Amino acid sequence: MSKEIIKIEDLKREFVMGTETVHALRGISFGINEGEFVTIMGSSGSGKSTLLNILGCLDQPTDGTYEIDGLKVKDLSRNELATIRNEKIGFIFQSYNLLPRTSALENVELPLLYTSNVSTAERRERAIKALEMVGLGDRMDHTPSQLSGGQQQRVAIARSLVNNPVMILADEATGNLDSRTSYEIMSLFQDLNKQGITITFVTHESDIAAFSKRTIILKDGNIIQDHENNKVLSAAEQLAKLPKEDH
Amino acid sequence: MRLLNLFKIAFKAIVLNKMRTLLTMLGIIIGVASVIAMLAIGEGPKESIRATISSMGSNMITVRPGSDVRGGVRQERSAMETLTLDDYYAIKEQASLLTYITPLVNGGGQVINGSNNWPSTIYGVNPDYLNIKITELQSGSMFTDAEVQSASKVTLIGQTVVDNVFPDGQEPVGQMIRFNNIPFKIIGVLEEKGENTFGQDQDDVVIAPYTTVQKRILAIDHLESIIASAISEDDAPEAVTQVSEILRKQHKLTENEEDDFHVRSMEELISTFSSTSEMLTILLVAIASISLLIGGIGIMNIMYVSVKERTKEIGLRMAVGGKGSDILMQFLIEAILISITGGVLGVILGLGATVFIEKFLNWPTSVALYSIVISFAVCAITGIFFGWYPARKASALDPLMALRYE
Repeated sequence: MSKEIIKIEDLKREFVMGTETVHALRGISFGINEGEFVTIMGSSGSGKSTLLNILGCLDQPTDGTYEIDGLKVKDLSRNELATIRNEKIGFIFQSYNLLPRTSALENVELPLLYTSNVSTAERRERAIKALEMVGLGDRMDHTPSQLSGGQQQRVAIARSLVNNPVMILADEATGNLDSRTSYEIMSLFQDLNKQGITITFVTHESDIAAFSKRTIILKDGNIIQDHENNKVLSAAEQLAKLPKEDH
Repeated sequence: MRLLNLFKIAFKAIVLNKMRTLLTMLGIIIGVASVIAMLAIGEGPKESIRATISSMGSNMITVRPGSDVRGGVRQERSAMETLTLDDYYAIKEQASLLTYITPLVNGGGQVINGSNNWPSTIYGVNPDYLNIKITELQSGSMFTDAEVQSASKVTLIGQTVVDNVFPDGQEPVGQMIRFNNIPFKIIGVLEEKGENTFGQDQDDVVIAPYTTVQKRILAIDHLESIIASAISEDDAPEAVTQVSEILRKQHKLTENEEDDFHVRSMEELISTFSSTSEMLTILLVAIASISLLIGGIGIMNIMYVSVKERTKEIGLRMAVGGKGSDILMQFLIEAILISITGGVLGVILGLGATVFIEKFLNWPTSVALYSIVISFAVCAITGIFFGWYPARKASALDPLMALRYE
């Protein structure tokens, strides 16, 4: 039994909108172990974005407990949350969120700028290693505008890896990409997962879920399904099956 | 380490927005440059007045009889005969802060050499006079104490007198002239000093031993004034007090009685003239400060817009672990860098403008070091003060909201 990284118990999140109270999450419980590749699925309004924000320590639950890597997140200050985001979590966004007019290398270095006790040389070295892991070793000096969407997302993935987080949190990471590039990115995620990196992937596309080992489906703030995926598809194979593009 | 990183981030943001940064700096540049240039313009005349007065002997102290009321009639100062040689000796012996001292009597009259004549003023003094007035001789020598004792008819004349009574360019030293029919032997010519700041011709003088002038020309035994020099300019005010005390004792004045004399130092004269140009300086600084303030508001304006524009970036920085304090420092450092760089450019521009004004507009300028230091300090403070509000706003953003901001 591998280590449990995420432990959620009876998690509730309510928003007060005027006189009404919106129950975004109605008491959900689950755990994620080290080395898992989980997709959290659900249609819009199902509460998956709220869950993602809480998982990413960008938001706090109203009730229930959330533990990441043994740390109870509830009641932590803004600064303590920032430290957890910095040390434990790697974020990947739908719209990449790279700094414009800044080289890929510097974009990847970003999280390390907010970490104490990492020297300039070490920072550079780790950023180069992360870029090489995502296959962009030769594009380090390119700015986002000089990179394709897929490449930009790879830079974002490298950025999420550079701090050696316990978990990568991806929010619709393929949402802006065409299917070929999506498969390429999913293939990269599968490779990373094989190297032991824990990945939580939030999406509304069911075909993306087929590449993960486990799927949690949310509806109206409740978990309606949490199952292991028996036949995980290989993104690389799917990519090969796609009709060849004309060149 | 962390601070250094934030410094790098701020520097990068500035470099990436060169044009915007430069335009933001413009207000500060103009503000600082005008503070420096205007202070230099204001200080310039003050310096030149001070230099003129110094050349006349800035540590000079003048003692004159005071005016008095006799039978209800206010008397003219020169009519007073209260200042005597005894006063001179008393001061000479007792005042410790004085280096040179001379009695002074003067009278107008005609300088005559054959058919040439010229109206001038004769000053009766002792040999200390040249040291007090900081005057050198062109030729000849000063009369001696012995010649003062014997009331010798020897004289030294200024260049204006030389020009008028020796129009043929004769060597005046050794010649005889007459002052109001009294014959004098010329033993020296004073160096040329030209006009002073007040338009007075300093070369239109005749100097002779005071004993000679008292006895042979004016027929008086009191003094018009006593002039002396203090050890230094700084000692002058103290010396004035000292001389006053000696004279009060000498004149046997009781505590309730007013001084029947006036003791003044050149220092007072300097401050009178300085106060006018000080007003000018204050006015100029006030104007310059306003432009510096406007420059600061410019920084705040741009920083505020910059925070809005970069909301998403701030959200991202927070999502990857940037704390509120990191974001605050980043924007604060950016504002300070802009204002300090603007300050440096402003100093350069201000110094350039000063040189231009001095060289091409012939206005005396004097760049005060304190004006550079002050405007620089004000720049840094401006940066912190006006950068604080936008930076604070950035640091208080909710990372979630900032990330979603479009």
